Amino acid sequence: MLSVDRLTRVFGGVRAVDDVSFSVAAGELVALIGPNGAGKTTCFNLVNGQLVPDTGRVLLDGARIDGLSAHSIARRGVGRTFQVAATFASMTVRENLRVAMLARAGHEGRISTLASAVDDDAVDTLLARVGCLDLADAHCAALAYGNAKRVELALALADRPRLLLMDEPTAGMATRSSARLMQVASDLAKLDAIAVLFTEHDMDVVFGFADRVIVLDHGRIIAQGTPDAVRADPKVREVYLGEGANTSTRKQSGRQ
Amino acid sequence: MEDWAEAGVACVGLGLPNFYGDRMLVCRTAFVLLLALSSSAPVIAQTVKLGELNSYKVFPAFLEPYRKGMELALDEVNAAGGVLGRKLEIVSRDDGGTPGDAVRVAEELVSRERVAMLMGTFPSNVGLAIADFAKQRKIPFLAAEPLTDKIVWESGNKYTYRLRASTFMQTAMLVPEAAKLGKKRWAIVYPNYEYGQSATAAFKKQMNLLQGGGLEFIELAVPLGKIDPGPVVQALQDAKPDAIFSSLFGADLARFVREGQLRGLFKDKPVFNLLGGEPEYLDPLKDEAPVGWYVTGYPWYAIDTPEHRKFRDAYQARFNDYPRLGSVVGYSTVIAAAAAIKKAGSTDPEKIVAALSGLQFATPFGAVTFRAIDHQSTMGAYVGRTALKDGKGIMVDWRYADGADYLPSDADVRKMRPQ
Amino acid sequence: MSLASFLLQLLNGLSSASALFLVSAGLTLIFGVTRIVNFAHGSLYMLGAYCAYGLGEFLAGHLGRGAVSFWAGVALAALAVALIGALIEVLLLKRLYAAPELLQLTATFAVVLIVRDAALAIWGAEDLLGPRAPGFAGTVVLLGHAIPQYDLFLIVVGPLVLVALTWLVTRTRFGVLIRAASENRTLTAALGIDQVKLFTAVFALGALLAGLAGALQLPREPANLGMDLAIIADAFVVTVVGGLGSIPGAFLAALLIGLTKALCIALGNVEISGIEIAFPRLTLVAEFVVMAIVLAVKPHGLLGRPPVPPSSTPLPEQRELVSAPGRREAWVAALLLALLLSVPWWRDDYTVVLATDILIATLFAASLQFLVGTGGMTSFGHAAYFGVGAYAAAIAVKAGAPMSAALVVAPVAALIAAIVFGWFCVRLSGVYLAMLTLAFAQIVWSIAFQWESVTGGSNGLVGIWPTEWLTGRVRYYFFTLALVAVAMGALLRIGRSPFGFALRGVRDSPLRAAALGIDVRRTQWKGFALAGLFAGVAGGLFAFSKGSISPESLAIPRSVDALVMVLLGGLNALFGPLLGAVAFTWLTDTLARATEYWRALLGTMILVLVLVFPMGIGGAFARLVRWRLRT
Repeated sequence: MLSVDRLTRVFGGVRAVDDVSFSVAAGELVALIGPNGAGKTTCFNLVNGQLVPDTGRVLLDGARIDGLSAHSIARRGVGRTFQVAATFASMTVRENLRVAMLARAGHEGRISTLASAVDDDAVDTLLARVGCLDLADAHCAALAYGNAKRVELALALADRPRLLLMDEPTAGMATRSSARLMQVASDLAKLDAIAVLFTEHDMDVVFGFADRVIVLDHGRIIAQGTPDAVRADPKVREVYLGEGANTSTRKQSGRQ
Repeated sequence: MEDWAEAGVACVGLGLPNFYGDRMLVCRTAFVLLLALSSSAPVIAQTVKLGELNSYKVFPAFLEPYRKGMELALDEVNAAGGVLGRKLEIVSRDDGGTPGDAVRVAEELVSRERVAMLMGTFPSNVGLAIADFAKQRKIPFLAAEPLTDKIVWESGNKYTYRLRASTFMQTAMLVPEAAKLGKKRWAIVYPNYEYGQSATAAFKKQMNLLQGGGLEFIELAVPLGKIDPGPVVQALQDAKPDAIFSSLFGADLARFVREGQLRGLFKDKPVFNLLGGEPEYLDPLKDEAPVGWYVTGYPWYAIDTPEHRKFRDAYQARFNDYPRLGSVVGYSTVIAAAAAIKKAGSTDPEKIVAALSGLQFATPFGAVTFRAIDHQSTMGAYVGRTALKDGKGIMVDWRYADGADYLPSDADVRKMRPQ
Repeated sequence: MSLASFLLQLLNGLSSASALFLVSAGLTLIFGVTRIVNFAHGSLYMLGAYCAYGLGEFLAGHLGRGAVSFWAGVALAALAVALIGALIEVLLLKRLYAAPELLQLTATFAVVLIVRDAALAIWGAEDLLGPRAPGFAGTVVLLGHAIPQYDLFLIVVGPLVLVALTWLVTRTRFGVLIRAASENRTLTAALGIDQVKLFTAVFALGALLAGLAGALQLPREPANLGMDLAIIADAFVVTVVGGLGSIPGAFLAALLIGLTKALCIALGNVEISGIEIAFPRLTLVAEFVVMAIVLAVKPHGLLGRPPVPPSSTPLPEQRELVSAPGRREAWVAALLLALLLSVPWWRDDYTVVLATDILIATLFAASLQFLVGTGGMTSFGHAAYFGVGAYAAAIAVKAGAPMSAALVVAPVAALIAAIVFGWFCVRLSGVYLAMLTLAFAQIVWSIAFQWESVTGGSNGLVGIWPTEWLTGRVRYYFFTLALVAVAMGALLRIGRSPFGFALRGVRDSPLRAAALGIDVRRTQWKGFALAGLFAGVAGGLFAFSKGSISPESLAIPRSVDALVMVLLGGLNALFGPLLGAVAFTWLTDTLARATEYWRALLGTMILVLVLVFPMGIGGAFARLVRWRLRT
């Protein structure tokens, strides 16, 4: 499904992503982990078109998508959630999803119809899937953080993506709800054969749900494989043990 | 309830039961209702009202003396028994200096205050807009201050009369002196809008007529109120002119004079400056007022005709200040309006318009007539040269240029003015 | 032109640039730290000149005329203006930091009105020419020309101030705080910096610089009541061209603009392949042309840094729930319509005229609300589309077209202008976008101002009256009401359409919108064009209601008026444009009649409204309704 080939991106001399190659198959949940500033978010931004790689290629089902704009990549079936949940704060949850449904249908430029003419059953189904049906008429800006994350997942899914990118999907959520959210994602991957790539700090989530794990450090892949193999990798252990000392300096440079 | 617009239309005429007890809705509409409340009970007019509008806040230096002049004239008219056996009243409004606001103010004067005629305005665009408004609403308009030639010629109309000597006339008053000098190469500096442009055009045209060919003109337009004097003065020096013609005024003139004197631009060069002798623009220069410039203006301290002495004494007694040109304009406008209404014997707009044609009235500058052919008054201006006296700029060697002598012939007017 | 003249013109340009830098440095400093778009900066500059005059005269009375009284007057004037600045910040702006960003702009606009009337009351209407600067009163002969010493003095002062400010910012603790605050607000808060005091200090410093610039201008220009508006646009341009918040950038930009203008004057009228170009006339817009070019090439100015990537915390106005209009709103709309239909029977024809003005202002404000509120694109130049519509209608009438055709031409012309300018504008964001709209508006204004044969130049065009059967005031009112009601209905419906939601989505979260496959720029572009279209309708109606049209209809004050109406009414409030237009137009009309100092009173009223209703009048009502429903 997704294949990333020798991707590199430099920010003012810092190689935020350095010669990274990996792939994600349909129906597979892959975790991208690494200390803060390792290049995870930059990697995401390169895949979904917010950034253009300096060198390397991004292929979706064999077609190159690097260099395309974020919205055309989204149109090709790449959904995304963000580290800090990005929703439309001036709308209700239902209106958020209507926008997503309209965008998928390619109707977002219409001025002669009403947005409320959208098929609300489909909206309800999506909301039910992420467990937010009761929040349909809530004001998005007033949602609790965990709920906002779930709504955001519903938005990403409304696009019926082939590839779903989730940037720290459970950050700031209670353990139980984060497990539930990951379960939704996992089910999706299996049932709808969606490829899911996610970053995550919570190792319980990573090792509980990921089919495969890729470890980044200083923009390079230092290990990848099954959760068990990665867990046992000495290089990974070293990076994670040393993390506390390095975090503060890395914070400044790597993150976009 | 999504499709509220349709619902809204459907709701009209269904009665308003929902509204009772809903204080919020009452509040929401309160602002609109305030409009209605702003109306006070109409008072039956015992006076003859003149509607006056001007850009008081935009050109205060000229218009504050103007307002005083109006007040003085109003008191004199009323002391002499008013007009048509009633007191004269001036309803004065600030037009904000923009044609759009001015038209609204004029609408208010006409439809709410029911004034007999409109008068005033300062900038040309406002004057022209109100002139056109007067034509549309069929109400007499006495343009006091706008200098644009168009208001009586290209855009002239039946309802509009203009008091002050126009750009063309004032330029024509200076041209004979300029032509006498026999200078060939002229630098012209002017504020970049209609007044400056037409002054420049009129100067060039009349110089060519009077002095014959072989003249060279170097023009420099500067943004109104934003002259950058350094580069301007230098550019004029580089042009190496024999003489300079300027139509700058206000702060632009002050900056130009100071910079030009510092850099020696005016040395050995005759300089002509339209309006430069008006106290409004000359006095702020104090001891830096230029010497020997040819200007049009108003030497209030030296005019000793009986009518002017009377005006000046009354003005100084009342306001403890000397009159500026604006004072004369404001005073004469009211006198002219009162004379027109008296002559018309009624406040009927058509009769007032008819009365204005050929109307003769007294001003501090002497008797003045509104020409029937183009509705321009024959009020003139003082032409002279600047000098310094006791640390103040004054006009010397001045003469009164009667407006009647500087107006185009009837045949020429007919060509320009829509009949 | 000889080489010597050319070099001397560059020297002239340098001294103008220096003066321009002095006033812009304070503006960019204030913006960099507090994010306030300070419209009152020109007023502070004007106060500087007046204070320097007043204090100088006062000191001359006690110490005698001379160097001491003059320079002490300049220094004291700068300090006095700093104090005034601090007062404005503490009493006014401080209360608005949590409000929508633009509201501070409205407040500073009110300050402009108040300061101008205050200056008139204190110093009178006549221009006040100050003395020449003692010690720098004469000239120096350079290359055969006499150059004023004061010009050379200014050329030195500019870089000195630049060095001093750079030292302050890079070498002192205060400077560290300034940089921290301008780079990352949350970080400053996290570092435990007393942001409140910092903002006051920075605002006072900015005001000090403005006051100093004004005081130093006194030997070159009489203190006069037009100084505030004459300088503010230039100062904004310099700030934006240099890059907001960048002091060295402001210096470079001031040089660029000062030299460009001097060159325009130096070139004079030049004939290029048979066409005579009057370069001096271009000084009217030179700075705006420079700005448009710079922003097209460098979207963040010469030395500006791209703003921190779109913050994930939405602004207050983006968090405000825009509720779908329901039955209640429908009733209100119906009631309003009924009220508006009854206007001709209220009092007299003037009420009708005023109501016509209000309706046109409402539609104009609504089109701007659509752009700023729904679209999140701030415009300081929306009058361009209003004016293009008005001019298009007027030119059509002059060309012999009937009124109906003219009213079709108006929105079409405005739409085309908005499509062309919008293409450039949507590439920028925030204040840069706003300033580019201003630049385009000024360019359009100067075309209208100078293209005598088509637009009538500064006089404009007259005789644009409605067709026979609409001539009466009441008839034209009903016609306007019908058109405005239809246009407002259309605008509101577009707001509820898929496109309306997509536009608001782009505003709320461009990241999310793009991730959903929405083309952010295209959506904004279309929104910009639509806003222009509706402004054009209002412009066309305006031309016929006044019978004339002149360049003021697309000048900066009209853009600002509309912005004030939108903010008074509420950025997201359904009836905001109407409430804003009623409040503003009615206040202006009533106050102008009530008192000589109506500007100051209008400013005060606007301040009161802004402080009492930070989310706009309409927003306040909407909140009250929600609060009532909850309790």
